[in-house]
Amino acid sequence: MTDYSENTNVTSYKVVRSTPASRIGSVIGFILFIILVSLPNWGDRATIRLFVEIFYILSLAQMWNLLAGYGGLVSVGQQAFIGLGGYMLFIITINFGFGAIWAIPLSGIICAFISLPIAFLVFRLRGHYFAIGTWVVAEVFLLGFAQIPSLGGGSGKSLPIAIVKAISDTRAGRDAAIYWTALFVVVSTIAIVYLLLRSRHGLALTAIRDSEEASNSLGVDNFKAKLLVYIFAAFGTAAIGALIFLTKLRISPSAAFDINWTTTVIFIVVIGGIGTIEGPILGTIIYFLLREPLSDFGTWYLILLGATAVIVMLKAPQGIWGIITHRFDLRFFPVQRRLHLKLDE
Amino acid sequence: MIEWANTIVQGILTGGLYAMFASGLAIIFGVMRLVNITHGDLIVLAAFIAMVVIETTGFNPFLSLIIVLPIMFVIGYMLQRGILNYTLGDDLLPPLLVTFGLSIVIQNVLLEVFSADSQRLKAGAIETSSIQLVDGLSIGIFPLITLVTAIAMIVGLQQLFNLTRLGRAFRATSDDATTAQLMGINHRHIFGLAMGLALGLVAIAGVLMAVRSNFDPSIGPTKLLYAFEAVIIGGLGSLWGTLVGGIILGVAQNIGAKIDPGWQILAGHIAFLIVLVFKPNGLFPRTRDD
Repeated sequence: MTDYSENTNVTSYKVVRSTPASRIGSVIGFILFIILVSLPNWGDRATIRLFVEIFYILSLAQMWNLLAGYGGLVSVGQQAFIGLGGYMLFIITINFGFGAIWAIPLSGIICAFISLPIAFLVFRLRGHYFAIGTWVVAEVFLLGFAQIPSLGGGSGKSLPIAIVKAISDTRAGRDAAIYWTALFVVVSTIAIVYLLLRSRHGLALTAIRDSEEASNSLGVDNFKAKLLVYIFAAFGTAAIGALIFLTKLRISPSAAFDINWTTTVIFIVVIGGIGTIEGPILGTIIYFLLREPLSDFGTWYLILLGATAVIVMLKAPQGIWGIITHRFDLRFFPVQRRLHLKLDE
Repeated sequence: MIEWANTIVQGILTGGLYAMFASGLAIIFGVMRLVNITHGDLIVLAAFIAMVVIETTGFNPFLSLIIVLPIMFVIGYMLQRGILNYTLGDDLLPPLLVTFGLSIVIQNVLLEVFSADSQRLKAGAIETSSIQLVDGLSIGIFPLITLVTAIAMIVGLQQLFNLTRLGRAFRATSDDATTAQLMGINHRHIFGLAMGLALGLVAIAGVLMAVRSNFDPSIGPTKLLYAFEAVIIGGLGSLWGTLVGGIILGVAQNIGAKIDPGWQILAGHIAFLIVLVFKPNGLFPRTRDD
């Protein structure tokens, strides 16, 4: 322990944000990125499709983690935005003639606007009640979209072949285009969440999460900060939803607004480690590694995931990544600031 | 005109069942400050336990409660003492995510044990008999029993909370668990009893639901949403509010169904959202809580 008594003067200081792990990690990350970019050139179709799924599930997990782990907004109704994004893709490609790839960010933007009146409603419910309120909203969309005949009602709608062909004439070309889009979505999601958390806003969010009263007294506008996170998560989740239903080529209310999207994402984030960027990545890897051998035991896999999430929440609420950082002080995405003092004796 | 009167009367009767779902949730909210996401799945669990009891003993559904109710009480007490007590605190995440995880576990265990088949408990002639009030307006005996049971339940709970030692312990622990402890109350035990009591109500609600309509392992979340909506419409902290909330929900659903069958559940949700816009604290708020 260094003695910081009166006769020592701090001659200089610097705020350090990177860690050795983050410097090594960025090199490994870059190499991994190059390998992933080239995947369509050497991977088979099943591998490409599996990675597309991994990318969108990881993106969803990052978005939910931002919302719940950093914003303190525990929503169990994010499937509302997955479904809305998916339907928006179908509407703007079929009715307004947009290209399917460009329709993805556009769907996100439109849904960000739709999220405003929704926020007005669900923000009236605090804490626990907010969670179930968001679920009601998602149910309203599920039941409501089933009543719209032009969108195929309850049985849903397929994406016309012409729109799919417009992406690329060949099947391999389409697979690659969707793959690169998914890779772009996951990389930009992680990058944006990382940069957001390192910014002033990130500091404000962490402060709110730790204590609403204290952050408020230090001049943080809690409501505004939470609203911004909610809208941003709506944008991201809807864009990911548009991507998901572009890969599926068919949408129906029960598939689009399925609570299982949120269930999967919650389990991934909780088991991996809530409130960190690494946690959802680790959780996604675990989810897919276990899913392949256990897919034959559908219900048992869900029981196992649910029970694991319960045990993690009770025994190690910081998740598996929390255990790792506790042991090894390993941070690939450092969002905190560390003060390094140089002392003049 | 008589058709609409009929719709509203049937809605009120349906509301009795929703009030029953809601009162259990309201007690858990009220005493533990805990939102129990498994609530709906526990209702379904009670229905399946009743089914097994009826199959093995040959009891009718009402009589099966003498076994189902204690079982649910014990499950509730153990659930609270074994798991949920460890999630209580200032942090919102653990209770929400633990009950969410448990909800998925219960649903899938029920699915594994009982399959996805739709089930129903048979109560005999009472299911279909009714009293005719006027031409075109009759009241089913069974829905009437449900509504009366719901009212009796609420009266009973009011008495329990206001007049008994246990009720006083519930209220004291709810107001301030630490101070209650100083007064010699074991708050962990009290929380266990409150959850046991809530699941006792869930047992009654589950059996009555299972006689009235089909059930399968997947319907829990819908019941949770109804219970939650009835609680919020009625206003937090008010047991009579849950009855009004349940009735409003039931009437809205019946009116919706009359307009278009696809609108039944949707109309209930919309009624809830309208109340949320205009009366965010519910119609009869008694305590403010966050």
